[in-house]
Amino acid sequence: MNRAAAPVTPAVLATVKIQARGVQVFYGAAHALKDVSIDILDRTVTAFIGPSGCGKSTFLRCLNRMNDTIEIARVEGTILLDGQDIHDSGVDPVQLRARVGMVFQKPNPFPKSIYDNVAYGPRIHGLARNKAELDAVVERSLRRAALWNEVKDRLASPGTGLSGGQQQRLCIARAVATSPEVLLMDEPCSALDPIATAQVEELIDELRSQFSVVIVTHSMQQAARVSQKTAFFHLGHLVEYGDTEQIFTIPRDPRTESYISGKIG
Amino acid sequence: MTDFRAEHRAIDWASGEIGARIRRRNRAQLRLRLVGMAAIGFAFAMLATLVGSLLWTGTRAFRQTHVAIEVHYDAGILNPDNLQRGNYRAILGATMQALFPDLPDSALRKATAILSNGAQFMVRDRIVADPALLGQRISLRVPVSDPYDQLHKGLIDRETPEEFRRLKDDEIALWDRLEAAGAVSAPLNWGLITNADSRFPELAGLRGALMGSFWALLTCFVLSFPIGIGAAIYLEEFAPKNRTSDFIEVNINNLAAVPSVVFGLLGLAVFLNWLGLPRSAPFVGGMVLALMTLPTIIIATRAALKAVPPSIREAALGLGASRQQVVFHHVLPLAMPGILTGTIIGLAQALGETAPLLLIGMNAFVTAAPGSPFDPSTALPTQIFIWADSPERGFVSRTSAAILVLLMFLVAMNALAIYLRNRFERKW
Ligand SMILES: Nc1ncnc2c1ncn2[C@@H]1O[C@H](COP(=O)(O)OP(=O)(O)O)[C@@H](O)[C@H]1O
Ligand SMILES: [Mg+2]
Repeated sequence: MNRAAAPVTPAVLATVKIQARGVQVFYGAAHALKDVSIDILDRTVTAFIGPSGCGKSTFLRCLNRMNDTIEIARVEGTILLDGQDIHDSGVDPVQLRARVGMVFQKPNPFPKSIYDNVAYGPRIHGLARNKAELDAVVERSLRRAALWNEVKDRLASPGTGLSGGQQQRLCIARAVATSPEVLLMDEPCSALDPIATAQVEELIDELRSQFSVVIVTHSMQQAARVSQKTAFFHLGHLVEYGDTEQIFTIPRDPRTESYISGKIG
Repeated sequence: MTDFRAEHRAIDWASGEIGARIRRRNRAQLRLRLVGMAAIGFAFAMLATLVGSLLWTGTRAFRQTHVAIEVHYDAGILNPDNLQRGNYRAILGATMQALFPDLPDSALRKATAILSNGAQFMVRDRIVADPALLGQRISLRVPVSDPYDQLHKGLIDRETPEEFRRLKDDEIALWDRLEAAGAVSAPLNWGLITNADSRFPELAGLRGALMGSFWALLTCFVLSFPIGIGAAIYLEEFAPKNRTSDFIEVNINNLAAVPSVVFGLLGLAVFLNWLGLPRSAPFVGGMVLALMTLPTIIIATRAALKAVPPSIREAALGLGASRQQVVFHHVLPLAMPGILTGTIIGLAQALGETAPLLLIGMNAFVTAAPGSPFDPSTALPTQIFIWADSPERGFVSRTSAAILVLLMFLVAMNALAIYLRNRFERKW
C-alpha cells in the first residue's frame, strides 16, 4: 500500500471517512481476517475484491458492527468513523447502523408495503416529526434510489411484489432513508440480471456525490466500472489497496496480478 | 492426463440381464404402492367404522319424543300465594285422567309415568312466570320418560316376552292410545345443548359440559398463550446458546411427552391440596390443561420463529433496529400464523383431555351450568365419561351424541388451524 506513488487524483484528496487499524476477526477459533488497516474516503466508491471466502463480507460487517450479531464472531483492532472509535462505549451499535447503512446480496425487502419499507428506518429512529415529513423522506429516498417513477402510484403495494432489480433498489432506498454517511453494499448485483445490474451501478455512481460507498463485488469489471478505489483481499489479508485504475493496470503485488489475470479465484 | 477413451466400455442397454433388472425394480415399486394403499384403506375403514357407529347410535339422541298434554291450572289445587311449591303432580295426574277417562285410579300412576319426571317442573315454571294462568287451561308439549322414548324410537322390541321387557303390555297399550290420538311427536332435541346434566336421560343436556369446557379452555389459553410465546421468544431470540439453554430445551421437549394424568396429579397436589383452590372448577381444570399445552405452544412458536428467514432479521438489524424491535416488528408478525396454528392444535388436544380433569373432580354430578370459571362443573370429555357410566338406556345414545359434539369441535378447530396455515403461508 504505497499510496505516495499513486497518481494524485481528486479522490485521494477527499477526506478520510473510515480509518481501520489492525482489524482482526475470529469466528470461534477460525482466524477470518488478519490485521487489516485501510483508509476509506468520503464521497468515493471503494470496491472490495478477492476470491470467495477471503473475508470481504467479514470486513464489511465490521464497519457497521453487524458482526456483533453473530454469536461466535470476535473483532479486534480499532475502526474510526470520522475519528471516533465505533467500539467506544459511547457508541450505540444500533444507532451506528443508521449512520452506516447496509445493502445485502439478496434483495431482502420486508413483507410490507413499499412505503413502509422505506419509512421503517426513519420511524424507528424518530427522524420525521409528522406524516408530511415522513412522506417527504420516503419520496426523496425513492428518488435517490431511482425508483420513484416506477412505484409512485403503488406505494401501498407489497415490496416483495417488485422485480428483483426493483427490490434491490428498494433496499437501497430503505438504507438511504436514514441519511447514512456510509453505504455498505455486499455484492448488491449478484442476484440481478444485466439490465437491473446496470441500473444499480448507475445509481451507485450517483450516490457517490452524497455518501461514502463501499461495495463488495466478485466481478472485476464491475469494480472497474463503479469504483475509484479498490482493495484486494486474499485469505484474510488486505493484499493491496489503491486507485482502481492502478490496481487493474499496474498491480504491485504478484497475488493481485494473478487474481486480476484470472489465475486465482 | 489419462486417456479415458481407452477405458470406455460399451454397455448393451437392451441385454436380457438389464431388462430383468428393470422388471424386478418395477415389481418392487408396485408392491410398495399396494402395501401403502392397503394401509391407508385400513386406516380409513377404521375411521369410517368409528364415525359410522357413533352416528348410528348418536343421531337418535338428536330427537326427543314429546307428548302434547292439556294442563289445567286448577285453582282448587294451587295456592296463588305460593305457586312455587304447589302440588303439580296432582295437576299432571288430573291431566292424564282427562286423557284416559276410563282408567281406574290404581292405573293412573302408570299413565303419569309416561311423562318425564321433569314435566312437573316445566308445568310449574310456566305458571310461576305468568301467574295469570291460574284457573286456565294451556296446551304443552313435554318430554316423555326414557322407556317410552326408547319405545317410540323402536329400541324396545314388542315381540320380547313381557317378563323380559321394560314396558309391560298395559303400558304399551296406553302409549299406543296416545300415539293413535296424535299426541306424540319427536322434534329436534335442543335440550341436548340447552339443558344441563340430569339424572333423567330425557332431560340431560350438555350445557354444563360445554360451558365448563369453554371456561377451562379460556383459562388454558389466557395462561398458556402469553407464557408460551414469551418463553419461546426468550429462548429463541435472546437466550445465550449454552449448556443451560440446551438443558432447558431438552426438558421442554420432555415435558411435551409427559402423560396427561401426571399433570392431573400435579394439579391435585398443588392447586387443590396446597393452594386450596375449589374442586371441580373449570378454572383449575384450565390451569392443569395450560401446563400440558405450554410445551406444545413453546415448541410450535420456536419452530415458527426459526422459520422466519435470517435475511429479514439482517435487513432490520442493518437499519439500526434493536433486537427487540426486530422481534416485535418483523419476526413475530411473520411467525404469528405458525404460532396460532400450533396454539389451536394444542387447545384442541386440551379440549379432548380427560384424565387430568377426572383427577381434579371435574366429573362431578352438577345440574346447573357454571356461571363463572370458579363454579363446579364438568367438561365435554368428563361428561362423556359420566354418561358412558350411567345405566339408563337413554344415556347410550346421548353418550354417542356427546362424542359427536366433541368431535365436531375438534374437527372445527383443526380445520381452522389448517385454514390459517394455508391462508398465511409464505413462500420466500
Ligand atoms: N457466520 C460465520 N460463522 C463462521 N464462519 C464464517 C461466518 N461468516 C464467514 N465465515 C468464514 O469467514 C471466512 C470469510 O468469509 P466471508 O467474509 O463471507 O468471505 P467473502 O465475503 O470474501 O466471500 C470464510 O472462511 C467463512 O467460512
Ligand atoms: Mg461475501
